[in-house]
Amino acid sequence: MNKYETVFILTPVLSDDQMKETVEKFKKVLTDNGGNIENEENWGLRKLAYPIENKNTGFYTLIEFEGEPTIVDKLETAYRRDEKVIRFLTFRLDKYAAEYAVKRRAVRKAKQEAAAQEAAAAQDEAAPVAVEEAPKAEEAPAAEA
Amino acid sequence: MAQEQMRPNNQGEIRYLTPLSVDTRKKKYCRFKRSGIKYIDYKDPEFLKKFLNEQGKILPRRITGTSLKFQRRVAKAVKRARHLALLPYVTDLMK
Repeated sequence: MNKYETVFILTPVLSDDQMKETVEKFKKVLTDNGGNIENEENWGLRKLAYPIENKNTGFYTLIEFEGEPTIVDKLETAYRRDEKVIRFLTFRLDKYAAEYAVKRRAVRKAKQEAAAQEAAAAQDEAAPVAVEEAPKAEEAPAAEA
Repeated sequence: MAQEQMRPNNQGEIRYLTPLSVDTRKKKYCRFKRSGIKYIDYKDPEFLKKFLNEQGKILPRRITGTSLKFQRRVAKAVKRARHLALLPYVTDLMK
Protein backbone atom coordinates (compact mmCIF):
# COMPACT_ATOMS: atom_id res chain seq x y z
CA MET A 1 0.00 0.00 0.00
CA ASN A 2 1.35 3.36 -1.03
CA LYS A 3 0.15 6.85 -0.36
CA TYR A 4 -0.76 8.92 -3.37
CA GLU A 5 -1.90 12.41 -4.04
CA THR A 6 -3.92 13.44 -7.05
CA VAL A 7 -5.07 16.82 -8.30
CA PHE A 8 -7.37 17.34 -11.23
CA ILE A 9 -8.84 20.38 -12.94
CA LEU A 10 -12.42 20.29 -14.23
CA THR A 11 -13.78 22.61 -16.90
CA PRO A 12 -15.37 25.81 -15.57
CA VAL A 13 -18.52 25.31 -17.69
CA LEU A 14 -19.94 22.80 -15.18
CA SER A 15 -22.54 23.75 -12.62
CA ASP A 16 -21.76 23.19 -8.94
CA ASP A 17 -23.85 20.02 -8.83
CA GLN A 18 -22.23 18.59 -11.95
CA MET A 19 -18.81 19.31 -10.50
CA LYS A 20 -19.59 17.58 -7.20
CA GLU A 21 -21.05 14.64 -9.11
CA THR A 22 -17.85 14.28 -11.13
CA VAL A 23 -15.70 14.44 -8.00
CA GLU A 24 -17.87 11.74 -6.44
CA LYS A 25 -17.44 9.63 -9.56
CA PHE A 26 -13.65 9.67 -9.24
CA LYS A 27 -13.86 9.02 -5.53
CA LYS A 28 -15.96 5.98 -6.35
CA VAL A 29 -13.30 4.80 -8.82
CA LEU A 30 -10.81 4.95 -5.95
CA THR A 31 -12.96 3.19 -3.36
CA ASP A 32 -14.09 0.52 -5.86
CA ASN A 33 -10.48 -0.39 -6.55
CA GLY A 34 -9.55 -0.85 -2.92
CA GLY A 35 -8.37 2.69 -2.32
CA ASN A 36 -8.75 4.45 0.98
CA ILE A 37 -9.44 8.18 0.70
CA GLU A 38 -7.58 10.07 3.43
CA ASN A 39 -8.25 13.65 2.53
CA GLU A 40 -10.18 15.62 0.00
CA GLU A 41 -9.87 19.33 -0.69
CA ASN A 42 -11.91 21.45 -2.99
CA TRP A 43 -10.01 24.58 -4.02
CA GLY A 44 -12.98 25.93 -5.95
CA LEU A 45 -12.80 27.90 -9.16
CA ARG A 46 -9.26 29.16 -9.70
CA LYS A 47 -7.60 31.18 -12.37
CA LEU A 48 -5.17 29.20 -14.53
CA ALA A 49 -1.67 30.56 -15.07
CA TYR A 50 -2.07 29.92 -18.80
CA PRO A 51 -5.07 28.93 -20.93
CA ILE A 52 -5.81 25.20 -21.28
CA GLU A 53 -8.28 24.23 -24.03
CA ASN A 54 -9.08 27.94 -24.40
CA LYS A 55 -10.23 28.13 -20.78
CA ASN A 56 -8.82 30.53 -18.22
CA THR A 57 -10.35 29.07 -15.05
CA GLY A 58 -10.97 25.64 -13.63
CA PHE A 59 -12.27 23.73 -10.61
CA TYR A 60 -9.35 22.24 -8.68
CA THR A 61 -9.80 19.16 -6.51
CA LEU A 62 -7.13 17.44 -4.46
CA ILE A 63 -7.53 13.90 -3.13
CA GLU A 64 -5.03 12.06 -0.96
CA PHE A 65 -5.51 8.32 -0.94
CA GLU A 66 -3.87 5.06 -0.07
CA GLY A 67 -3.87 2.01 -2.30
CA GLU A 68 -2.04 -0.52 -4.44
CA PRO A 69 0.02 0.84 -7.37
CA THR A 70 -2.46 -0.54 -9.92
CA ILE A 71 -5.09 1.89 -8.72
CA VAL A 72 -3.21 4.83 -10.29
CA ASP A 73 -3.59 3.39 -13.79
CA LYS A 74 -7.30 2.84 -13.28
CA LEU A 75 -7.77 6.37 -11.99
CA GLU A 76 -5.82 7.96 -14.82
CA THR A 77 -7.75 5.97 -17.42
CA ALA A 78 -10.93 7.32 -15.87
CA TYR A 79 -9.50 10.84 -16.10
CA ARG A 80 -8.62 10.40 -19.76
CA ARG A 81 -12.05 9.04 -20.61
CA ASP A 82 -13.79 11.99 -19.01
CA GLU A 83 -13.63 15.09 -21.16
CA LYS A 84 -14.66 17.27 -18.20
CA VAL A 85 -11.12 16.82 -16.84
CA ILE A 86 -8.74 19.25 -18.49
CA ARG A 87 -5.61 18.48 -16.46
CA PHE A 88 -4.56 15.95 -13.81
CA LEU A 89 -1.52 14.99 -11.78
CA THR A 90 -1.01 11.88 -9.65
CA PHE A 91 2.12 10.94 -7.76
CA ARG A 92 3.30 8.84 -4.86
CA LEU A 93 4.06 10.64 -1.60
CA ASP A 94 7.49 9.90 -0.18
CA LYS A 95 8.01 9.94 3.57
CA TYR A 96 8.73 13.67 3.71
CA ALA A 97 5.74 14.48 1.56
CA ALA A 98 3.51 12.28 3.71
CA GLU A 99 4.75 14.07 6.83
CA TYR A 100 4.08 17.40 5.19
CA ALA A 101 0.61 16.31 4.08
CA VAL A 102 -0.35 15.33 7.62
CA LYS A 103 0.89 18.66 8.95
CA ARG A 104 -0.86 20.59 6.21
CA ARG A 105 -4.11 18.80 6.95
CA ALA A 106 -3.85 19.67 10.64
CA VAL A 107 -3.15 23.33 9.84
CA ARG A 108 -6.09 23.54 7.47
CA LYS A 109 -8.39 21.87 9.97
CA ALA A 110 -7.31 24.28 12.71
CA LYS A 111 -7.89 27.22 10.39
CA GLN A 112 -11.34 25.98 9.46
CA GLU A 113 -12.23 25.46 13.10
CA ALA A 114 -11.00 28.93 13.99
CA ALA A 115 -13.08 30.39 11.18
CA ALA A 116 -16.11 28.41 12.32
CA GLN A 117 -15.61 29.59 15.90
CA GLU A 118 -15.36 33.17 14.75
CA ALA A 119 -18.50 32.79 12.74
CA ALA A 120 -20.23 31.27 15.76
CA ALA A 121 -18.97 34.08 17.97
CA ALA A 122 -20.24 36.64 15.48
CA GLN A 123 -23.61 34.95 15.53
CA ASP A 124 -23.66 34.92 19.33
CA GLU A 125 -22.95 38.63 19.33
CA ALA A 126 -25.60 39.27 16.76
CA ALA A 127 -28.19 37.16 18.55
CA PRO A 128 -28.52 39.15 21.84
CA VAL A 129 -28.85 42.39 19.88
CA ALA A 130 -31.68 40.90 17.92
CA VAL A 131 -33.32 39.71 21.13
CA GLU A 132 -33.03 43.18 22.67
CA GLU A 133 -34.49 44.81 19.63
CA ALA A 134 -37.40 42.46 19.41
CA PRO A 135 -39.25 43.58 22.59
CA LYS A 136 -38.75 47.24 21.64
CA ALA A 137 -40.33 46.61 18.30
CA GLU A 138 -43.24 45.04 20.08
CA GLU A 139 -43.56 48.00 22.42
CA ALA A 140 -43.62 50.54 19.65
CA PRO A 141 -46.81 49.39 17.95
CA ALA A 142 -48.42 49.06 21.36
CA ALA A 143 -47.57 52.69 22.16
CA GLU A 144 -48.96 53.77 18.84
CA ALA A 145 -52.14 51.89 19.45
CA MET B 1 50.00 64.32 -20.89
CA ALA B 2 50.25 67.75 -19.50
CA GLN B 3 48.26 66.79 -16.41
CA GLU B 4 50.43 63.79 -15.69
CA GLN B 5 53.48 65.98 -15.80
CA MET B 6 51.88 68.36 -13.36
CA ARG B 7 51.48 65.70 -10.62
CA PRO B 8 54.03 62.98 -11.22
CA ASN B 9 53.66 61.51 -7.71
CA ASN B 10 49.99 60.63 -8.23
CA GLN B 11 50.55 58.70 -11.39
CA GLY B 12 48.68 55.38 -11.44
CA GLU B 13 47.07 55.98 -8.08
CA ILE B 14 43.33 55.47 -7.81
CA ARG B 15 41.44 57.16 -5.06
CA TYR B 16 38.02 56.10 -3.78
CA LEU B 17 35.52 58.26 -1.97
CA THR B 18 34.20 55.36 0.09
CA PRO B 19 36.40 52.61 1.52
CA LEU B 20 36.52 49.54 -0.66
CA SER B 21 34.47 46.60 0.48
CA VAL B 22 36.71 43.64 -0.12
CA ASP B 23 35.61 40.18 0.96
CA THR B 24 32.47 41.41 2.68
CA ARG B 25 30.15 39.52 0.33
CA LYS B 26 27.56 37.57 2.25
CA LYS B 27 28.02 33.84 2.22
CA LYS B 28 25.20 32.10 0.36
CA TYR B 29 23.38 29.32 2.12
CA CYS B 30 20.71 26.78 1.41
CA ARG B 31 17.53 28.04 2.98
CA PHE B 32 16.00 24.55 3.16
CA LYS B 33 18.91 23.15 5.10
CA ARG B 34 18.99 26.12 7.41
CA SER B 35 15.30 26.17 8.19
CA GLY B 36 14.85 22.41 8.19
CA ILE B 37 12.33 22.17 5.36
CA LYS B 38 12.27 18.63 4.02
CA TYR B 39 9.47 18.74 1.49
CA ILE B 40 8.85 21.50 -1.03
CA ASP B 41 5.19 21.92 -1.79
CA TYR B 42 4.16 22.50 -5.39
CA LYS B 43 0.80 23.80 -4.18
CA ASP B 44 2.28 27.08 -2.96
CA PRO B 45 3.14 29.08 -6.10
CA GLU B 46 3.95 32.24 -4.12
CA PHE B 47 6.80 30.45 -2.35
CA LEU B 48 8.09 28.85 -5.54
CA LYS B 49 8.24 32.26 -7.21
CA LYS B 50 11.31 32.99 -5.08
CA PHE B 51 13.21 30.51 -7.26
CA LEU B 52 12.08 31.88 -10.61
CA ASN B 53 13.22 34.84 -12.63
CA GLU B 54 10.90 37.34 -14.25
CA GLN B 55 10.31 35.12 -17.25
CA GLY B 56 9.30 32.23 -15.01
CA LYS B 57 12.54 30.30 -15.51
CA ILE B 58 14.10 28.39 -12.63
CA LEU B 59 17.05 30.28 -11.17
CA PRO B 60 20.40 28.48 -11.03
CA ARG B 61 21.89 27.30 -7.75
CA ARG B 62 24.75 29.73 -8.06
CA ILE B 63 22.28 32.57 -7.59
CA THR B 64 19.88 31.17 -5.00
CA GLY B 65 22.50 29.24 -3.03
CA THR B 66 20.27 26.17 -2.75
CA SER B 67 22.06 22.88 -2.22
CA LEU B 68 21.95 20.31 -5.00
CA LYS B 69 19.58 18.03 -3.15
CA PHE B 70 17.00 20.77 -2.68
CA GLN B 71 17.54 22.31 -6.10
CA ARG B 72 16.31 19.03 -7.55
CA ARG B 73 13.26 19.16 -5.32
CA VAL B 74 12.60 22.82 -6.16
CA ALA B 75 12.79 21.96 -9.86
CA LYS B 76 10.36 19.10 -9.40
CA ALA B 77 7.92 21.24 -7.43
CA VAL B 78 8.08 24.05 -10.01
CA LYS B 79 7.45 21.60 -12.84
CA ARG B 80 4.46 20.09 -11.06
CA ALA B 81 3.06 23.55 -10.41
CA ARG B 82 3.51 24.43 -14.07
CA HIS B 83 1.69 21.31 -15.19
CA LEU B 84 -1.29 22.21 -13.01
CA ALA B 85 -1.30 25.81 -14.28
CA LEU B 86 -0.38 27.15 -10.85
CA LEU B 87 2.73 28.69 -12.43
CA PRO B 88 3.21 29.76 -16.05
CA TYR B 89 5.64 28.00 -18.38
CA VAL B 90 6.54 31.27 -20.09
CA THR B 91 5.69 34.80 -19.06
CA ASP B 92 6.95 38.33 -18.86
CA LEU B 93 7.11 40.55 -15.81
CA MET B 94 6.05 37.98 -13.29
CA LYS B 95 7.09 40.05 -10.28
